[in-house]
Amino acid sequence: MQNNISSLINKINMESKGLGQINIMEVCGTHTMAIGKNGLRQILPENINLISGPGCPVCVTSISDINNIIELSDNPSNYIFSFGDMLKVPGSKSSLYEKRSQGANIKICYTPIDALDFAKNNPGKNAVFIAIGFETTAPLTASLVKKASENNIKNLFIYNTHKLVPPALEFLLSSGKKSNIDAFLCPGHVCAITGSTPFNFINEKYHKPAVISGFSAEDILKSILMILKQIKNSCPSVEIQYDWVVKENGNPIAVKYINDVFDYCDSFWRGIGKIKKSGLKLKPEFENFDIKSKFKTPESQIDEPEFCSCGKILQGEKKPFECRLFGKSCTPDKPVGPCMVSSEGTCAAYFKYEKYKI
Amino acid sequence: MCVAVPAKIIKITADNSAEINSMGVTKTIDISLVPEATPGDFVIVHAGFAIQIIDKEEAQKVLELFDSCKII
Ligand code: SF4
Repeated sequence: MQNNISSLINKINMESKGLGQINIMEVCGTHTMAIGKNGLRQILPENINLISGPGCPVCVTSISDINNIIELSDNPSNYIFSFGDMLKVPGSKSSLYEKRSQGANIKICYTPIDALDFAKNNPGKNAVFIAIGFETTAPLTASLVKKASENNIKNLFIYNTHKLVPPALEFLLSSGKKSNIDAFLCPGHVCAITGSTPFNFINEKYHKPAVISGFSAEDILKSILMILKQIKNSCPSVEIQYDWVVKENGNPIAVKYINDVFDYCDSFWRGIGKIKKSGLKLKPEFENFDIKSKFKTPESQIDEPEFCSCGKILQGEKKPFECRLFGKSCTPDKPVGPCMVSSEGTCAAYFKYEKYKI
Repeated sequence: MCVAVPAKIIKITADNSAEINSMGVTKTIDISLVPEATPGDFVIVHAGFAIQIIDKEEAQKVLELFDSCKII
């Protein structure tokens, strides 16, 4: 293991010589965590700059969605089913965590199916699943909605915040040279569903390398080496390093689930803004499962806390150390911005593993 | 959020669900997204759903590595 790592580092050192600064964006929050945990930033040559991208779904969920979910939890007939990471996110006035300690019906679920089981066993109560995540999680929500529909369950709803990765990457590349991204480490578990094809625009349109990577230190270093070779040989392409999990065409059945239940729509990414066709909305025949069809929720625009640099961090333009609140008034215990809230947020990952620089 | 772990399918139980073993833990998961999975197959599991059938040899290696030093 250790041998593999040192031999990979040696190869990376050799390949990166004379290349100038290479900015590689790791899109996925799980990659950011793995990079921090394994100290990879410290052992890579200086000219390889790993920048974190917008790949933590909790961090990019808009604050108005958070407020709406918190408001739904005020209604005692609603039972909110959420993945744990969402609970700490501060809304404008409170968080789901605070609401839960005050007695609201908020349950942390392991799987969306928990909400369905609850709905079946508790007619008269509304089970509301907070549907969050990228392409990895969207087919699970689609399956939940299909099952509820097939079983004629009327008290299961979703609050939908699903987002899609490729449109966000295209947005970053098309919005000019702001972040100077030279290559992408693409998210392995998103691609387990989508396959590599939806990422082809990265080399076809923008002539940049992309490697779909696994999550161990070895996987990430191998992927970086693959990127360097592509740069050296001037042949950018989308390669799959995580090939024992990711197939070129992904999981077509899971993709069909998404397409059966959802249409594409524009979506608002916290800290970034509206990105065209980067979201999913329930098809008209499934709209009755949308909690918004039962309770009207406002679509308001809420400003980020003053001095929070999350927007720039999510787009790879700044590192957490460059935010004046980092590690001072903003810490995982008392987060100010979304990147500090989720355990996979860039600021939280840097705080946990890389705060040596403060 | 997109964390997913490898697991081995032990048996298919009713209604699109299967019993799996991952790192010594036995669980029931949903296999709607990989309907062709059979006992003995390795899958990758995200939030209670198998999302892809994966390469047996590699999966076994990773699970062993997990057991021996709890990495990743
Ligand atoms: S340190 Fe806190 S306030 Fe600053 S960018 Fe990160 S999350 Fe936002």
